[in-house]
Amino acid sequence: MNLSSEVIQKMMGAVKMTREHELDCGQCYGKNAAEVMPLVQEHLDLCGACREEYQALLDALKAIID
Amino acid sequence: MQTRTNSEWLNDLRGSGQDQAIEDLRKVLKRGLIYSLSNRIKTDLETQVDDFVQDSILRILDKLDTFRGESRFTTWAQKVAVRVAFTELRRQRWKDISLEDLMPEDSGDFTPLVLADPSPNPEKRATQTILTEMIETILNEDLTERQRTAMMAIMKGGMPLEEVARRMDTNRNALYKLLHDARKQMRKGLLEKGLSPQEVIEDFEI
Repeated sequence: MNLSSEVIQKMMGAVKMTREHELDCGQCYGKNAAEVMPLVQEHLDLCGACREEYQALLDALKAIID
Repeated sequence: MQTRTNSEWLNDLRGSGQDQAIEDLRKVLKRGLIYSLSNRIKTDLETQVDDFVQDSILRILDKLDTFRGESRFTTWAQKVAVRVAFTELRRQRWKDISLEDLMPEDSGDFTPLVLADPSPNPEKRATQTILTEMIETILNEDLTERQRTAMMAIMKGGMPLEEVARRMDTNRNALYKLLHDARKQMRKGLLEKGLSPQEVIEDFEI
């Protein structure tokens, strides 16, 4: 399989952050923020796609609020 | 531009004020997307954003009944627009790359890649080789083929979740759950071998 050090570290980083119960991408956006922020943060730490979109959403909201 | 409450947005988008409401929403979404995508799109930003906004408005009108009022309407709408934009950007970026392109080749070279690392410590290199073999065994024996394919596409290939999902005939949520199960299996496999992810990370640090 020839895994590189970089891939192994990335994989182990994700395994290390794994919780028995995690929010999926749909649940991440659909919950009451105050209640589930720790779970949302964990999801964002693990899911690059959601993390990227979350940052883009924050940027977009700055533009429409300003 | 008229300021609206959530109810006013919903009523106007469903009723006789729809044309103006759509036009106002278009301006809001365009402003937000131009700002958030300006670092990500280098050419034809405005043209692409116009396309994303158009698609987003269609989707928003179709999904109006799913808005639960837990945020401002414009926040919810902007979230839809961001998702539409990123889905398309990722599709464009990865359209010519298949899952097979990302799978590791069995090149016949039996030298593990870790030996190519310039670590000066032979003992550390030996440890890394053993750990690599253990992790590969866990991947091959404890994960299903679908779990392994998804894990490698994302970890090794860097392919975004929804692009992997598209190629595996599933959706992003289901794929996240598949990967979650895979990570739990890997964690279990490591524990059975007396290892923790943190120990492995430390052994691979330069």
